[in-house]
Amino acid sequence: MKKTYFSEWGIPSPRYWALLALLAAFVGIGGLSALYMEHEGHWVTGMTNQVVWGTPHVFAIFLIVAASGALNVASIGSVFGKKPYKPLAPLSGLLAIALLVGGLLVLVLDLGRPDRLIVAMTVYNFKSIFAWNIFLYTGFMAIVAVYLWLMMEHKMNPYSKPAGLLAFVWRLALTTGTGSIFGFLVARQAYDAAIMAPMFIIMSFSFGLAIYLLVLMFAFILDDRPLGDVIVTRLKNLLGVFVAGVMFITLIYHLTNLYGTENHEVEAFLLRDGGIYTQVFWIGEVLIGGLLPLGILYHPVLGRNFGWIAGACGAVIVGGIAKVYVILIGGQVFPMALFPEKAVVASGFYDGVVASYSPSLPEVLLGVGGIAVALAATLVGVRMLRFLPTSLSNQDLDPQAAA
Amino acid sequence: MSKTTDQPDQDRRAFIGKAAGAVAAATLAPGVFLHGVAGVEYRQEPVTDKVRWGMLVDSNKCADGCTACVDACNHENGLDLLEKPEGLSDDMWDQQIPKWIRKVTVKDKLSGRESNLPMLCQHCEHPPCVDVCPTGASFRRADGIVMVDRHTCIGCRYCMMACPYKARSFVHEVVEHKPTISPRGKGCVESCTFCVHRLDRGETTTACQDACSQAGHKAIVFGDLNDPSSEVSQALKQYPSRQVRADLKLNTGVRYSGV
Repeated sequence: MKKTYFSEWGIPSPRYWALLALLAAFVGIGGLSALYMEHEGHWVTGMTNQVVWGTPHVFAIFLIVAASGALNVASIGSVFGKKPYKPLAPLSGLLAIALLVGGLLVLVLDLGRPDRLIVAMTVYNFKSIFAWNIFLYTGFMAIVAVYLWLMMEHKMNPYSKPAGLLAFVWRLALTTGTGSIFGFLVARQAYDAAIMAPMFIIMSFSFGLAIYLLVLMFAFILDDRPLGDVIVTRLKNLLGVFVAGVMFITLIYHLTNLYGTENHEVEAFLLRDGGIYTQVFWIGEVLIGGLLPLGILYHPVLGRNFGWIAGACGAVIVGGIAKVYVILIGGQVFPMALFPEKAVVASGFYDGVVASYSPSLPEVLLGVGGIAVALAATLVGVRMLRFLPTSLSNQDLDPQAAA
Repeated sequence: MSKTTDQPDQDRRAFIGKAAGAVAAATLAPGVFLHGVAGVEYRQEPVTDKVRWGMLVDSNKCADGCTACVDACNHENGLDLLEKPEGLSDDMWDQQIPKWIRKVTVKDKLSGRESNLPMLCQHCEHPPCVDVCPTGASFRRADGIVMVDRHTCIGCRYCMMACPYKARSFVHEVVEHKPTISPRGKGCVESCTFCVHRLDRGETTTACQDACSQAGHKAIVFGDLNDPSSEVSQALKQYPSRQVRADLKLNTGVRYSGV
């Protein structure tokens, strides 16, 4: 195997600054949206006392879940010893941190009192999975940062394997924690399921790899760096396995729910009668986020075309956001059963009826701002430091890759 | 030529002393003043678990169309002081305004029998809202009252996701007017406190209970569940009652009979 060389992203300066300015504009608009919602109060959003977590949470959860998944490429190299993945590892760590920062920013800016973040950092109730998550998220960033340093500093390379192992275990804990936010909610029928944790883990594998592959192809093609089909094929095949995995766990989630008669109503709502949520589930989650990318990735012709592969990654991302939307909003709008044997005739607080929610523009802009933060941080990272290998051509890869 | 001396400037010292006193007075006075104006003695000793406040709602006595308890709660806790932000639709306002207590009418799916009842924070012994709160702002007092510490609530709304009774509300708008007994601010979560301000000054009734009695229904009985001779304990002993979502084993402080 040839030695891998890394170098800063070398696209022409005007193009780099234009890209950065574009992202900065989205970041700025997202920031202004957050300021507007914080100043006026949440009444300017679509959120209510019935649907308490809205679109910002959809983006935040998607980004946080994708963050831990983006680290997988590095883990495959360090922890599982697959040499062809080693040159891919630094970008994997960078993306993981950047996506997490973007997601957390959205989450924090949607708090009722973001100014009290210091309270959340100093006063804890360790029975709450949220409190645990504060440590899991900050710990993840710290561990991955050290892991990156050990990988990128040649002298420290021997230590990168144990650090990679720690980061891998930590990322599993992190996504378990994020899934458990819903898994532990006994009140709502669509949640309260232990399968939420493994579902979030497999979701992270899929969303994170889709973003990684897209960023890798974008960075390499724009900078005219050789990108061989051997490595891309490996990654896209792996993505296909993860997409199928998400669909499998989703199927199991619904089947186990359907096994209990008490859940028939919520399942009928999600799968058949839920209007927009049913549509987002079947069209967004299953078709766009599942069947379409699977069809492309394993297609004998399309599956070799970089453009189509990129399209499949985009579909996984869109489908992923749709999936989080159905879990989060769909799970909230379905009414909670106060008396299972009774129907609600009248209520002063919308009991027994499906709640309405329509995302407001500032919410969406805040979420998009979070994505822009993640991408801008990645952009600056690859431009300033040597995160990207100079070549990923077939000849430059480990022979093991071709096998 | 200016006059010099090695003595400290006494005028300056005196000024600093007075200024410090004035600052201290300005800082401390409002608290002292409030207590003075209110003229009410609040409890000085810590709350203990010798008392567990609880409620029994007799749905047979709860009248269809009556909202006396809701109106009284809104007035007592200043919820009726909230003003709809300009440009907000009535529909959204109704979904966003805090509601500590609400009337619900349910119908048995088999028999068709209808029951009216007020739904409010059930003041659980094992409250899910307290479990999930990351900062511990959502807490349960020793005497069984589940409350929100508005100094440490960060407005994450996880408690609202966790409450099986939808008993909690988020303050979506800027608050202009609020009663001292129930301070509130934009961006925090709140819910029924069992009129804790009354209990802490020695009273033993809640606003909803009083209003229900005045309306002639007497559907709400409130008191100390730990005291076998209290009215609520006696009533619970006499009539069959149930917890809402008893399957969750939260041991609620609010019980319902006739539902």
